[in-house]
Amino acid sequence: MKDRNHLANIGLTHHVKVIENGLIDIPMLQVLQPDGTAHKQAELPDVNEQLASKILHTMQYVRLLDERMVAAQRQGRISFYLACTGEEASTVASAAALEPQDMIMSQYREQGALAYRGFSSKEFMDQMFSNQNELNKGRQMPIHYGSKALNFMTISSPLGTQIPQASGYAYGQKMAGLDAVTICYFGEGAASEGDFHAGLNMAAVLNCPAIFFCRNNGYAISTPSEEQFAGDGIASRGIGYGVRTIRVDGNDVLAVYAATQQAREIALKHQCPVLIEAMTYRLAAHSTSDDPTGYRSKDEEERWRLKDPVVRFKAWMQSKGWVDEKLNLTFIEETRQEVLKALKLAEQVPICPIEQIIEDVYDTPPWHLKAQLAELKTHIDMYPDAYPKTSGRG
Amino acid sequence: MATMNMLQAVNNALITAMSDDEKVMVFGEDVGHFGGVFRATSNLQQKFGKGRCFNTPLTEQGIIGFATGLASQGSVPIAEIQFADYIFPAFDQIVNETAKFRYRSGGQFSCGTLTIRTPYGGGIAGGHYHSQSPEAFFAHIPGMKVVIPRNPYQAKGLLLASIRDDNPVLFMEPKRLYRASVGEVPEDDYQLPLGKADVVKTGSDISLLAWGAQVEIIEKAAAMAEAEGISCEIIDLQSILPWDVETVCSSVEKTGRLLINHEAPLTAGFASEITASVQEKCFLHLESPICRVCGLDTPYPLAHEKEYMPDHLKTFEAIKRTVNF
Ligand SMILES: Cc1ncc(C[n+]2csc(CCOP(=O)(O)OP(=O)(O)O)c2C)c(N)n1
Ligand SMILES: [Mg+2]
Repeated sequence: MKDRNHLANIGLTHHVKVIENGLIDIPMLQVLQPDGTAHKQAELPDVNEQLASKILHTMQYVRLLDERMVAAQRQGRISFYLACTGEEASTVASAAALEPQDMIMSQYREQGALAYRGFSSKEFMDQMFSNQNELNKGRQMPIHYGSKALNFMTISSPLGTQIPQASGYAYGQKMAGLDAVTICYFGEGAASEGDFHAGLNMAAVLNCPAIFFCRNNGYAISTPSEEQFAGDGIASRGIGYGVRTIRVDGNDVLAVYAATQQAREIALKHQCPVLIEAMTYRLAAHSTSDDPTGYRSKDEEERWRLKDPVVRFKAWMQSKGWVDEKLNLTFIEETRQEVLKALKLAEQVPICPIEQIIEDVYDTPPWHLKAQLAELKTHIDMYPDAYPKTSGRG
Repeated sequence: MATMNMLQAVNNALITAMSDDEKVMVFGEDVGHFGGVFRATSNLQQKFGKGRCFNTPLTEQGIIGFATGLASQGSVPIAEIQFADYIFPAFDQIVNETAKFRYRSGGQFSCGTLTIRTPYGGGIAGGHYHSQSPEAFFAHIPGMKVVIPRNPYQAKGLLLASIRDDNPVLFMEPKRLYRASVGEVPEDDYQLPLGKADVVKTGSDISLLAWGAQVEIIEKAAAMAEAEGISCEIIDLQSILPWDVETVCSSVEKTGRLLINHEAPLTAGFASEITASVQEKCFLHLESPICRVCGLDTPYPLAHEKEYMPDHLKTFEAIKRTVNF
């Protein structure tokens, strides 16, 4: 890094020199070509058969989960869902390059990272049905997962807020002398929020071991990235803030894995942030509330379908002789059954008893919340039929 | 007259304002080509061009800062914040800039042409961050007006008045009524006065006061109470600030009782302000304590949404308690 504070070191020019857009060319790391063959010149990360299988299975798992839950939303079984189709490599392969003690702070489309950490179908379903087994006690909309045990911070809808929080979390890890980093996922849209700029700058100035992982998937709901920023993507901003930066093909498992692994090494060794911009595409609708036909063409979607990250990685594994097609089909079928079974179980489970409504607002409920709960309970007892989910439960 | 839902009425008001004054511009996240996530700005870009209706980058502080500057230059910006829950990144701009622009410059500069539109409120299974009713925060800022319609007719008339009012206005749209509330709306240009409450129904035993989607709730509760022989006067406040103390107090002087219902949490909600003023002005007319039926003092929950809401049953019970005090 350049000495940033020393005016004396600034080179001089005697003509007006306008620095124009595009002067820095930030290349994109790609290891696998879209057909799954490795680039000849590419350096392959150390991924053995076991790790490759875990990555493939996790990607296939979240795709099945997404399909099932989009359908469940259409059937009216859950109120909302948000799929990550097309972006599985970005989140699964980056999570694979981390250690379990690393904190994950995500935006909302990172079920791949969570599944890789071992979040079970039951845990996914309990969250989406907001039932009483849910780790966040059913307080947030579907897909706002969180798991203390898996070092996965509970998701919050307001965009970008986790970015400066990740800087702070990572600073705490550093001060505690931990062998751990924080990865912070966000979209290219969220990177327009003030919190992105604040968070990156603070991480750089305060030397926080955080990996800022931007999923640049081309859209923020209907807004294409051309209307989101005029510069060279998100990567160019890392450079502006003095943050080490990598741009990577987000549909290429091996590239994402290599980049994240290196980012983690750098973050720990130099105790500093690293920004990764993963170039990918949101093949899914923004969420089940969205219909992309209003703002993009089927043609465009088809072009990206050809770059399917799961197909690409599987093709590479096949070339290594690591895929037993029959076994893989069995895995997919069993997973489908397992997901459906978990769904059916979770939708039967009641929501939290009403007492929970005032828990966790503070460490212990103050008098006024206790009084409000007492009044509410009396009211529910008076009209049990109007509050069927909480009445008559003792 | 045409039959419209609230979204269509908002859209119609925006078209009316943009046709009437070419300085009017509409922008925010996804409002351009797509027409907004609720489609309130549908076809505006197609009709008026990209210069006057456009997508912004995803930054609320940017949107309101930009809009404030644009207004100070003399344009008439209508900025959309996609959900009221996401207005807080812009809180600094609104509190410290927008609202104080005129005062701090001794009236030299103003951003009074600015209108901020935002959907708010619960009842749509939106959990913490798609349900909040933050009107009281903004009522606490001298310099901002806060307006909330309850149906398509009010929405068009109040929005047009807000756009043309020479003060920054926060126009909060009750999103659970967007498609649910349907009514007759004049196709031509009209305005409803800001700062005026609307007496929806007269009555003699108790005054019920609410705004936005909760007006429907007090109407439902009133119907239950009427069946038990309690006569309710129903008032829609419409303007949270400045609020129509005269209409509210003359109603309370008549009925001797007041119940206020809002979705926002009880503590320091706008009902607190109304309660304080009414007891000050109508003390000797009051026959029972002023009653507040509000959201709980918790974050807006998802699974317990039904229990959290100040619904018609809670309101009905509170009416009976107040009348039988
Ligand atoms: C502060 C804030 N503003 C607006 C929204 C509404 N919103 C939810 S997702 C979204 C688009 C996000 O796009 P991006 O960051 O690119 O992530 P992607 O959906 O593409 O994964 C918007 C505008 C929000 N959740 N929070
Ligand atoms: Mg995006």
